[in-house]
Amino acid sequence: MASKRQFRVWRGDENGGDLQDFAVEVNEGEVVLDIVHRLQATETPDLAVRWNCKAGKCGSCSMEINGMPKLACMTRMSSFAEDETITITPLRTFPVMRDLVTDVSFNYEKARETPSFAPPAGVAPGDYRMQQVDVERSQEFRKCIECFLCQNTCHVVRDHEENKEAFSGPRFFIRAAELDMHPLDAKTDRKEYAQAEQGLGFCNITKCCTEVCPEHIKITDNAIIPMKERVVDRRYDPIVWLGSKIFRRTS
Amino acid sequence: MTNTATQPPRPRAAIAAKTLRTDRWWLAPLLTVLGLGAWVTYATVRVFLQNNYWVEKYHYLTPFYSPCVSKGCDPHAAHFGQFLPDSPLIPYAALSLPFLLLFRLTCYYYRKAYYRSFWMSPPACAVPDGHKTYGGETRFPLIFQNAHRYAFYAAVVISLINTWDAFLAHEKADGAFGFGLGNVVLWVNVIMLWAYTASCHSCRHIVGGRLKHFSKHPVRYKLWGWVSVLNGKHMQLAWITLATLAITDFYVMAVAAGWINDLRFVG
Repeated sequence: MASKRQFRVWRGDENGGDLQDFAVEVNEGEVVLDIVHRLQATETPDLAVRWNCKAGKCGSCSMEINGMPKLACMTRMSSFAEDETITITPLRTFPVMRDLVTDVSFNYEKARETPSFAPPAGVAPGDYRMQQVDVERSQEFRKCIECFLCQNTCHVVRDHEENKEAFSGPRFFIRAAELDMHPLDAKTDRKEYAQAEQGLGFCNITKCCTEVCPEHIKITDNAIIPMKERVVDRRYDPIVWLGSKIFRRTS
Repeated sequence: MTNTATQPPRPRAAIAAKTLRTDRWWLAPLLTVLGLGAWVTYATVRVFLQNNYWVEKYHYLTPFYSPCVSKGCDPHAAHFGQFLPDSPLIPYAALSLPFLLLFRLTCYYYRKAYYRSFWMSPPACAVPDGHKTYGGETRFPLIFQNAHRYAFYAAVVISLINTWDAFLAHEKADGAFGFGLGNVVLWVNVIMLWAYTASCHSCRHIVGGRLKHFSKHPVRYKLWGWVSVLNGKHMQLAWITLATLAITDFYVMAVAAGWINDLRFVG
């Protein structure tokens, strides 16, 4: 059954903007992205919004809904009270382009800086063989749809712009963990890289990245903390360091 | 390669409100402050009271006084010798308490809890943190959070001592076997302490998480799987053990002070 609901949508660009009020029709089964599209089709044809799949798989429609970073296509209108005013704003951590669209190129810069998979020596592409138990940890991190909600909500850069240079963010910590846990990755200094170049030490494991992940990847427990412990092996644990020097063991 | 991260920042959306969250985001940090504050107050008072920690008749020893190694301890409660000076400023279990404190302080769950609730860094997701600058755990003193695994090793030793205390509590003062509600309380506490200790993230890493090839280490892989299941409940176990520790201590205190009688099943 259709009803009119109250919305506040941020409109503007890098020169400024404000929250504007709208009353929009809402139908049963709709999500917030449907409402944004209805606004475009009725009152605000020039409202800028980035979207694509409408299925929670492309990661395009990241925005903040009542202050929480979410995918608009996965946020059901039925999750709000009938009389609730719903506020829709762009991601706060990245430079605004227009209305609900932000420039997320920070993330692509960090992606380019992250060392890619290092093929094992003497094994030709096509001859890679891995056991499922060895690769399943890395597979969890491959679910990432790069919506950058984790990057947006992480207070290390959200509240401290100056940390952007030194801090890669949770999305790239799971990339580092994925490769460091990969059974065939030949690069041996990913732990050192995560600590020295990605700024793993900035993370104080307050788990907001995990809370907002639409793919329910356990970013903190399964990637960041394991990487922190691996860094401890190399940097802060004299016994493990000494043991690795004496016995030269591999894992 | 151009690095936009090093260029002057371009403006973000000009949104005046610090947070637009409309839910009760402040409730979790508030409850954490109240819960941890109440527990720390109770524990601090208890460890300096230096009485009603040992039930001579049933050999119940509260975990807050274990191992009792002060010269002020009741000799029957001192299972590991008495070598610390007797002073009102030195807890009877001064050998274990600092390590237990360290284990909880550096615990990955408690870090989340107190960074959010006490340090406001951040108080909740998408709520601004309360500090102008932020260095995380990259420098002194928070870089010492990386020593968590050493606190874990100490916690294992202390859990063994608590387990030994629970065994000894089945031998009454007259040497006969005894079993009462106090024993149930002590054992529940010990089991929960082991569950919390085994669910530790450092434990998960040590038993198998650090491996690259699980297939080469099937036993450690199995262990890692079990610890991972417990690890998923680390937060709940952290709070449950605070409760069982306080309840165990209070029960022993109540029986030792004669406020209640221990419900006896055998002996």
